[in-house]
Amino acid sequence: MSTAPTPAAGRAGMKKELPERFKAYKHVWVFIEYEHGQIHPVSLELLGEGRKLADKLGSELAGVLLGGDRAALQVAATEAWEHGADLVYVCADPLLEHYRNEPYTRVMTDLVNTYQPEIFLLGATVLGRDLAGAVATTLLTGLTADCTELAIDDERSLAATRPTFGGSLLCTIHTLNFRPQMATVRPRVMAMPPRAPGQQGRIIEHATGLREDDIITKVLRFLPDRDSNKAELAYADIVVAGGMGLRSPENLQHVRELAAVLGGEWGGSRPLVQKGWMEADRQIGQTGKTIRPKLYIAAGISGAIQHRVGVEGADTIIAINTDRNAPIFDIAHLGIVGDAILLLPVLTEAFRKRLSVNRLAG
Amino acid sequence: MHIVVCIKQVPDSAQIRVHPVTNTIMRQGVPTIINPYDLFALEEALRLRDRFGGEVTVLTMGPPMAEDSLRKALGIGADRGVLLTDRFFAGSDTLATSYALAQAVRKIGETWGTPEIVFTGKQTIDGDTAQVGPGIACRLGLQQLTYVASIQDLDLAGGTITVSRRAEGGVQELKTRIPALITMLEGTNEVRRGSIGDVLRGARAELVVWNAQAAGITDMTNCGLRGSPTVVKRVFAPKGRATKAIQIDTKDRDNEAIVEDLIARLYAVQPSLEDDLLRMAAGY
Repeated sequence: MSTAPTPAAGRAGMKKELPERFKAYKHVWVFIEYEHGQIHPVSLELLGEGRKLADKLGSELAGVLLGGDRAALQVAATEAWEHGADLVYVCADPLLEHYRNEPYTRVMTDLVNTYQPEIFLLGATVLGRDLAGAVATTLLTGLTADCTELAIDDERSLAATRPTFGGSLLCTIHTLNFRPQMATVRPRVMAMPPRAPGQQGRIIEHATGLREDDIITKVLRFLPDRDSNKAELAYADIVVAGGMGLRSPENLQHVRELAAVLGGEWGGSRPLVQKGWMEADRQIGQTGKTIRPKLYIAAGISGAIQHRVGVEGADTIIAINTDRNAPIFDIAHLGIVGDAILLLPVLTEAFRKRLSVNRLAG
Repeated sequence: MHIVVCIKQVPDSAQIRVHPVTNTIMRQGVPTIINPYDLFALEEALRLRDRFGGEVTVLTMGPPMAEDSLRKALGIGADRGVLLTDRFFAGSDTLATSYALAQAVRKIGETWGTPEIVFTGKQTIDGDTAQVGPGIACRLGLQQLTYVASIQDLDLAGGTITVSRRAEGGVQELKTRIPALITMLEGTNEVRRGSIGDVLRGARAELVVWNAQAAGITDMTNCGLRGSPTVVKRVFAPKGRATKAIQIDTKDRDNEAIVEDLIARLYAVQPSLEDDLLRMAAGY
């Protein structure tokens, strides 16, 4: 956990001396997270990003799909093609129906050793992080977590930029002499690429050779979350969030009411979680949920760097804060220097009127 | 039973400041704490020890001053503190860190008995990678159980453990064999305050201090910068937006007028939003 961000200028490791055995490694891979019959949107976002990297390298973009049902995976593969994949490696095996680290790690490392990708991207989800750490350690290669920017440098090496020190600074990390160069990216950090319906690609099926007797961990049960809205926060079109400027946990009610009137989701800044005002999965910012809604309203949030990094993808940001020098105004498009506790109910009422009157008229 | 808990001493992120000119972290005067996520792992380990008997060994890798965190952990109730410290470890990335810690866990097992469970926090607050726990599991061939919310059952005689863990979109109940590595989810238990006796013992305890060689590490090419496949090329501060927010005039206006002005300007900067909101309000 010590990705010690000390730039080590001039040391031997900084030089690119790719060992002979890695020179055949080509192409960009994206792990397609497929569970309960659905592709996680972060995988499609990564295909968009992977497409750019593959084009820059002049190589192919491949999706990697693991799951239990062959027919369902083939349907999912077409979705990957339509989001930019040239080909999809499909591993269909009933033993891969529910995610378990051991068989997934075994199949993934086998795929990498067989087909030798140069770059391998995964979503920084619960599943992706569990898998990426094990795969990178098995392959003894470099893995950069939670990247916010991916680029190819002049030496054809992946430049992976990520926040460090809880989001106070950014650092750019390279894996010069090992392959594949692995990175994870959180949901919503990259934009969703446009879908090209009907776009075709290839499928390469790969036999897993797994036997249940060899897999030590067994899944006893899966209990789906009841409050599915929490999972929607990252993908909501409208998000309203509160910060310490609300002064008491009761005032979060104003945030919830405005979000409800706008048909959006609500959340808060990190201090609210630390104070126990709300649960951690409502935390907005780079260390919580990254969002890119059409409208983000930050009420009583001063705007620590890690918060700003996590919301700057929003189309429009409205900030309300009593402190005119609050850093949130540096990234907001519209600002009000004022008390969120007084303004939020008025804003809620104004939107309620506009949205209901117009609905009746329409 | 024997349990090993890996902890990390981290700067208290709430108090980190960045030098405005050089863009470097100003470490001086920043207090250090035990990575908060690790405390849930420590508490869970202590609960198991209280139930089944045995010992909890706390392991940390870091500079000599990381002994503060070990003493704090002993003060909370751990039985033994091991500090892994060597200049060869400087500059370790997650892969090199997991190598050194795995070697130390092996040595701890040889010295005081093979641990049934190795715990880590789900991630650290300074690196935020969540990679070292899986890395240690992988290197030691332990079953990997990440984001564990609760331990449902531990059968020492049968050699099995059942846990609930956070998975995508739900909770997964897994049964596996011990020894296993568990990364503990935050907020899953109430971290205890140590007794006065524990705190005093922690302050005075003799810590086990190992350099690379003492931990049984002979191949230094797996350690520190040499053992790290990743290279940090640049550290910089994020850029702000070039233009500042349009401020809504609040002087001599009531809140209704301010809000009307805000909504009018909002629709002006993002004309499609009005339709979007109407559609959403109508439930489409």
